[in-house]
Amino acid sequence: MNLKSEKILLSHGNGGRMMHNLIENLFLKHFGNEILEEQTDAAILPVDAPFLAFTTDSFVIDPLFFPGGNIGKLAVCGTVNDLAVSGAVPLYLSVSFIIEEGFPIGELELIVKSLADEARYAGVKIVTGDTKVVNKGKCDKLFINTAGIGTVRKEDQLVAKAQNIQPGDVIIINGTIGDHGMAVMSARESFNFKSTISSDCASLNHLIRSMLDQSGEIKFMRDPTRGGVATVLNELAAKTTLGIEVNEQDLPVSKGVSAMCEILGFDPLHIANEGKVLVVTSEAESLHLLNIMKSHPLGKESAIIGHVVTDHPGKVVLKTGTGGKRIIDMLTGDPLPRIC
Amino acid sequence: MQYIDEYRKKDLILAVSEEIKRSSKKEITLMEVCGGHTMAIHRFGLHSLLPANIHLLSGPGCPVCVSGQHFIDTAIAYSKIPGAIITTYGDLIRVPGSATSLEKEKANGADIRIIYSVLEVLEIAKNNPANPVFFLGIGFETTSPATAAAIIRAKKEGIDNFFVLSAHKIMPPVMKALVIEGVKIDGFIAPGHVSAITGTSIYNELAGKHGLGVVVSGFEPVDMMQSILMLVRQFEASAPKVEIQYKRIVHPEGNLIARGLLAQAFELQDDTWRGLGVIPSSGLKITKEFSEYDAGTKYPLNVPVPPDPKGCICGSVLRGLKTPNDCKLFATACTPSDPVGACMVSGEGTCATYYKYRS
Repeated sequence: MNLKSEKILLSHGNGGRMMHNLIENLFLKHFGNEILEEQTDAAILPVDAPFLAFTTDSFVIDPLFFPGGNIGKLAVCGTVNDLAVSGAVPLYLSVSFIIEEGFPIGELELIVKSLADEARYAGVKIVTGDTKVVNKGKCDKLFINTAGIGTVRKEDQLVAKAQNIQPGDVIIINGTIGDHGMAVMSARESFNFKSTISSDCASLNHLIRSMLDQSGEIKFMRDPTRGGVATVLNELAAKTTLGIEVNEQDLPVSKGVSAMCEILGFDPLHIANEGKVLVVTSEAESLHLLNIMKSHPLGKESAIIGHVVTDHPGKVVLKTGTGGKRIIDMLTGDPLPRIC
Repeated sequence: MQYIDEYRKKDLILAVSEEIKRSSKKEITLMEVCGGHTMAIHRFGLHSLLPANIHLLSGPGCPVCVSGQHFIDTAIAYSKIPGAIITTYGDLIRVPGSATSLEKEKANGADIRIIYSVLEVLEIAKNNPANPVFFLGIGFETTSPATAAAIIRAKKEGIDNFFVLSAHKIMPPVMKALVIEGVKIDGFIAPGHVSAITGTSIYNELAGKHGLGVVVSGFEPVDMMQSILMLVRQFEASAPKVEIQYKRIVHPEGNLIARGLLAQAFELQDDTWRGLGVIPSSGLKITKEFSEYDAGTKYPLNVPVPPDPKGCICGSVLRGLKTPNDCKLFATACTPSDPVGACMVSGEGTCATYYKYRS
């Protein structure tokens, strides 16, 4: 079958010969591993751990390809990161494709290939999957769902739960914020905006593993995806009933993101990231952890951005560069560009 | 960011703040007309850098806020025309009409698209020749020249399915109306980007006849503080005049090309402003030459004007008579995620700004 010149037809999802070919020539070719190749209805997984972490995420991004990645890479990073920030070692993924009739197989292969590449980088196996094809117009080109399983050590089981957070604790992020959201927006067809912004889309499990292995004092971790850093910090403030203070001058924001946000009236704190982790640790441990993070390629630009405080419980306050203070709320609705 | 960071330097802001405190003796009330200025004042916490005798009032400079529910109701009525595609800047999508919003109608199946530039709308029209494509033209002189350019281009290219629902307004008449109505103002922080198009002669009457200082200001904290200092100095010396602080953008004669486009495609009409009623010659109507692009001419619809939502004081806020904190609904029944009045929904609305930067 010449995959490059063909388009997905309804028959590719009907369980017959064409679907079989698609699985053989595309999915198995790129995802192949001993568990998947069994082609059983359910994957049988060897695990040895006190806890399992289990998560799922669906990807409906528009456009499918954007600077720094595509929906395939994103589908791995998103699920791997959800496992990693929960303290798990990600091991197995399921991948389901919902494909619109007429979708070019060549593009599908590019996506499948980068999905496989990212899974290899993250060290996870794709062990089960599904393909459905829907009539033209019934979905927007391609949707992907991934679910992931990871193992959790006893000592890591609480890292996502924000227990024992105290005033004085320090908030660290592993690099610049807002890159993913702005890269995707600038890639939209209707958006005549030339920029060099690239998505930060990356699997963080290796970085997070080195942090957990070398620092015993991680009190909270979360990946600030949709809703951005502001949303995670607000959730944390609400959960702990403590206040959070962020220093605007310490926030790592790239020049491109900063300029684009300025033009469109967005706040980088509200823009999505796909390769960032927010961590809370004690003040005494903060420099040690910061150095561990900086020594990993995905943490080179790590920075301390704020502190947990007793003032303004439940609220996140930004200390602005000009000396003022303002509340950082969760995002309301979609970020909308302003008109004047 | 070059040309931005320089205008956000803390030591410079503090130096101007000190100079304002030294120069300002009398009680003075200044109105920032533009929503962008309201945003900057709150975003950078400029209130805390001014002495207590300087009062800042927010004006009617948020285009979404002053157009209000009736415009949204009308846009929704147009979305029900068979095959209609409604295009709009993002600001309008969540503004509540009297019964529903564009966002809700989109979810109900109306074809409503957010665009970033009105020229995109021409592409949409070309790609959908069988559908009437409506553009919700809103905004002051900052957005109206682009609408004018699109109308002129549509005619040149023979596009016949592009229609503008114009709620475009101009700034000077409303500034004058506030003064005549007796809102206590000693000077205007005048809109920077509007003035970049119009030039500054439009303010001469305010300074000459009404004795008010007018300083055209940029949007960064140093700009705003310097403009306030200039107005304070004028006021203390009893020497009101029109000055430009935002010299890197604004020229006294304005942008002649943009003004030319406006003059070609639009003419003045009496227009309704939320909270202020009808102000003579304050709105822009498409000229006869281009009337085939006027949604109202091509598809005349009569949508009733809804009453203001109960308890909402947007009208008084827009006139600078009250602040959002005076409103019973503010931050309780009316929040950005569930707005009652238009001032809460637009990112540059006074209520949304007060809400976002409340402390």
